[in-house]
Amino acid sequence: MEKTVEQSTPRYGRRFALLGLLFAAAFLLSFALGRYSVPPGTTLRILWMKALEGLHFGAFQPLPRQTWTDTEAAVVLNIRLPRILCAILVGAALSAAGASYQGMFRNPMVSPDLMGASTGAGFGAALAILLGAGYWGITLTAFCFGLAAVALAYLVSRFSRLNATLALVLAGVMISSLFSACTSFVKLVADTQDQLPAITYWLMGSLSSVKAEDMAFAAIPILLGLTTLVLLRWRVNLLTVSEAEARSLGLRSGRLRLAVILAATLVTSASVSVSGMIGWVGLVIPHFCRMLFGYDYRRLIPASILMGGTFLLLVDDLARVVTSSEIPLGILTSFVGAPVFLWLILQGGADRER
Amino acid sequence: MSVEVRNVSFSYGGADVLRDVSFRAGPGDLMAVLGPNGAGKSTLFGCLLGYLRPHAGQVCLGGRDVQTLSGAAIAREIAYIPQSAPVTYNYTVLDTVLMGVTHQIGIFSAPKQEHTDKAMAALESLGIAHLAGRGVMKISGGERQLTLLARALVQDAGVLLMDEPTSSLDYGNSFRVMRRIQRLGEQGYTVIFSTHEPNQAFRYANRVLALSDGGVLADGRPNDVLTGALLSKLYGVGVAVRGVQVKQAEYRMSIPWDEEEQP
Repeated sequence: MEKTVEQSTPRYGRRFALLGLLFAAAFLLSFALGRYSVPPGTTLRILWMKALEGLHFGAFQPLPRQTWTDTEAAVVLNIRLPRILCAILVGAALSAAGASYQGMFRNPMVSPDLMGASTGAGFGAALAILLGAGYWGITLTAFCFGLAAVALAYLVSRFSRLNATLALVLAGVMISSLFSACTSFVKLVADTQDQLPAITYWLMGSLSSVKAEDMAFAAIPILLGLTTLVLLRWRVNLLTVSEAEARSLGLRSGRLRLAVILAATLVTSASVSVSGMIGWVGLVIPHFCRMLFGYDYRRLIPASILMGGTFLLLVDDLARVVTSSEIPLGILTSFVGAPVFLWLILQGGADRER
Repeated sequence: MSVEVRNVSFSYGGADVLRDVSFRAGPGDLMAVLGPNGAGKSTLFGCLLGYLRPHAGQVCLGGRDVQTLSGAAIAREIAYIPQSAPVTYNYTVLDTVLMGVTHQIGIFSAPKQEHTDKAMAALESLGIAHLAGRGVMKISGGERQLTLLARALVQDAGVLLMDEPTSSLDYGNSFRVMRRIQRLGEQGYTVIFSTHEPNQAFRYANRVLALSDGGVLADGRPNDVLTGALLSKLYGVGVAVRGVQVKQAEYRMSIPWDEEEQP
């Protein structure tokens, strides 16, 4: 008996290893792309030096001899590294949040912005631009409005007498549409010379203006949220069964749901506040992960993080390389995401294997 | 291991749903809960599982009031097998069964090898170990019901509560599932299942609780209490009960009829 089970269980370990290799390759490739070329060996040496410095090993052992120019170091560390890390973090965050939401709402068509995190953040950014706020003002306002939108939807659902999941969906959709109406209004009254284009461009999503400080700002909530999701990952499975069932298994699903919403909102709002609206990643990546790694969230969450990070990194590379005036990332992910999703529908989704 | 319901009453917005319900069930009891739609079966189950608080009376699991127990403590006493419902995600049978260990592990942990072994043993005992790696969407309704039964066994609770365990199963699968349930009763589980089919009470149960309008109309051995008159009163249609001889054993059967029927 044991044997038949093992035979029918796909080799997940090997798939994870392959995905890890792909990730590493994409990571290195991304440093090599761009108008100013830095040899891969030099890139690695610069990163190694930076890592040693960062970990304060430099004090105890001599740093490697500088064999690169200062310009090369500046390009690698100040321009490419923040953007690459940001793409990885945003991709990982959106797909892990999407995977969690899809489980929680028992619906594979749900994306992480269902509860209004993205539209809330979008409105926050638009408002900040309208009020003439600087770069930091925009990022912070976007983040706060993303959190506020979800908090509002959650509170409404708590006071509803409907079934908890249904109330969350309805409240989320309503809050979302309220915030997108607000965004439209802001666009209407915005100065068409410079504010309106700025808002529109922001909403399309892009990593082209990411700075090292952005990275630091977004990394904290994203890593916090992702850690929570990774720790809770087996429990997320239990949100996919009905509340009565979960309860009979001894689970307080209300608390778990709140923890997952909190974590997912934290990562989504932080992502949107630095990158703008990037659709599709949170919807499509979890589907691919299910095809390769099955439905168990023990594998699905780590796989989504790894695959989402790799995917957005590669799409962002495409955005950087294809044209001299960058295509916004939000448009590219949809260009890539929609056909892929259609193909998935034709394939019959993730259930084809078993 | 035992369930004790003492004078439980429950009402929704002024309307009584349960009125002064009392019964006790223990190991070896295989109790069918019969009653027309709206008789209060679901409400009774909600009270047994502790998520509805009776307005009067109490429900005790293993001698302790269910309202004072934590979710995990309730899960240790009583396992619930819901009516078959469509599933959204194609989890494997083994993954589904493993969900039964929820109350035995910490919030940040996942099932370990010992839990997997236990889940495999439960599947083996129900004769579906070969399905462990299959997706729950790709197996039959009967097999899915057995999967949920295995999950309940992994839960290590002495009481199994089932809501219409055969509601969407075909004739053969109904029989196979009910036979498994019957064997669990023989093994010493306390089994309580709701059904709309009096013949299931005759065939599989050793005890029947007939609910009508929120009150207990009868409680006893099916052959003793399920008379044509009682079933008529319960469902509001004519019912004849007859004995049928099969392989030297006599089984009772109920057949509904109405006055307008011509012979």
